[in-house]
Amino acid sequence: MSAISREDVVHLAHLAHIEMSGAELDKMTGELDAIVGAIASVSEVASSDVPATSHPIPLTNVLREDTVGQTLSIDEVLLNAPDSDSDRFKVPAILDGE
Amino acid sequence: MNELIKLSGTELAAKLRAGEVTSVQAVQAHLDRIAEVDGALNAFLHVNAEEALAVAAEVDAIRAAGGADAEALHPLAGVPIAIKDLIVTKGQPTTAASKMLEGWMSPYDATVIEKIRAAKLPMLGKTNLDEFAMGSSTEHSAYGVTRNPWNLNRIPGGSGGGSAAAVASFEAPLALGTDTGGSIRQPGAVTGTVGVKPTYGAVSRYGAIAMASSLDQIGPVSRTVLDSAYLQELIGGHDPKDSTSLPKDLEGLVAAAEAGATGDLKGLRVGVIKELQGEGYQEGVQARFNESLELLKAAGAEIVEVSCPNFKYALGAYYLIMPSEVSSNLAKFDGVRFGKRVLPQEGPMTIERVMGSTRAAGFGDEVKRRIILGTYALSAGYYDAYYGSAQKVRTLIQRDFDAAFEQADVLISPTAPTVAFELGANDNDPLAMYLNDVATIPANLAGIPGITVPGGLSENLPVGIQFLAPAFQDARLYRAGAALETLLEKQWGQSLISQAPAIDTASIAQEA
Repeated sequence: MSAISREDVVHLAHLAHIEMSGAELDKMTGELDAIVGAIASVSEVASSDVPATSHPIPLTNVLREDTVGQTLSIDEVLLNAPDSDSDRFKVPAILDGE
Repeated sequence: MNELIKLSGTELAAKLRAGEVTSVQAVQAHLDRIAEVDGALNAFLHVNAEEALAVAAEVDAIRAAGGADAEALHPLAGVPIAIKDLIVTKGQPTTAASKMLEGWMSPYDATVIEKIRAAKLPMLGKTNLDEFAMGSSTEHSAYGVTRNPWNLNRIPGGSGGGSAAAVASFEAPLALGTDTGGSIRQPGAVTGTVGVKPTYGAVSRYGAIAMASSLDQIGPVSRTVLDSAYLQELIGGHDPKDSTSLPKDLEGLVAAAEAGATGDLKGLRVGVIKELQGEGYQEGVQARFNESLELLKAAGAEIVEVSCPNFKYALGAYYLIMPSEVSSNLAKFDGVRFGKRVLPQEGPMTIERVMGSTRAAGFGDEVKRRIILGTYALSAGYYDAYYGSAQKVRTLIQRDFDAAFEQADVLISPTAPTVAFELGANDNDPLAMYLNDVATIPANLAGIPGITVPGGLSENLPVGIQFLAPAFQDARLYRAGAALETLLEKQWGQSLISQAPAIDTASIAQEA
């Protein structure tokens, strides 16, 4: 039985905001299924008494003074913008329709 | 070939200090080498000739004037360096080898770049990599493959194939890399060079375009162990801009490399990891590894066998944790504030659809694969089984290392299971590609440091030997690595890299 269906991949691609052609979806479904099959073994040893590690070297929260540090100018920020209008980023419609 | 480019970074630095050569001469010699061979290798995505020569001239002027300013120069001042194009630089494009960032100019420098500028190392340019550092062969670059200087039909490793190939082909004495699952060490192994993944947090990640934040680490790439020690001391240290940066600086790396170079290893316990040899490792790789063990034993090291039973789950845990972090880190490439924007060909023009077509056009296959895999691993209903389990495996791997380091001061394994494979060999099998990192991944999961040093040849291609040390004990790597380097070079009568064949630039020119 395959773990990942084509429908799953359609849904995941939508969540990840990546448009995919039919051929891409077919290929990705097969590849992901093989990869997930190979890595699913992690659940064999992950018993409930093992704590999770999210970070390799445990550190406590890092705080700093609440003062203005290094910042970028508006020109620097907009330098690489695909589109801008005066001192703002410009994007197509946020909502579908009016 | 100008003999200047054959010098290690440390040797060149000594000649600069002694006034035997100028930094401008050294930089020009490397630029000439790039012009000569990079058409065939494609190690560089951008060559920064003008700025590099200006920095070199500045160092030369300070030295010529003498006095306190000359005295205060960093030991590596004037020695050129290449930068992996995942690290952001003002004044040079940073692409991460992705179409998504084609032509992007960073408005700020990474912390390691600030340190390199302060120490006045001329930057030769930006080196090629797998797109966003995702790959083990540099074949996933959006700007063409990099070729292995030892054999132009072979991969240079990845993701840092550009930095490794640049150093191996004498285009640069030093380079910076990044290592998330082996991207410094595996390219080092297959190109016959040295590469170090420092302890997690020992070098600031500020300005390294994030792939998997709990695994990524910037580190040195060079031809000698001593050069890497100098470079790590330069780029390392606490950085308030990186909240995962270690509070304490690691010291004594250069001293450890110098001590190791005497070749005396009396009292050092070297643990051979049972699970990282034998099946899956090529015969030639295993043979060179066994010979290195014999040399270490003869130099006074005590060889013990250690077992890390949970390493068999490391690859699985890595390919769940890394893509999960990738899917989150790469969400920022949405065509809104920077980078590529691609408008949909038809239908309503909403920002969501713009994101979908931008990411479809901007990302390559491997990046898409990892984003989708990570989205899957983090999605409701699968989170506990996949991401949660992988984090538990991470604990088990740390425990394996803790137990192993009770028996040994450093651990040893082959760096990669095979020598460099042929370009295109794994094109249709992403899973086979992932297996290249089987020996390097455990260190990233546990946050510990690792080094690769050249261990000899098999099929006329380099084999790498990896040492691993406990967290914060990077100095042990430099001692053990420099000792093995000294012992092997004594046996060979020369360095491994000096045995590399001339680069046949004509063969690639004809194909193209």
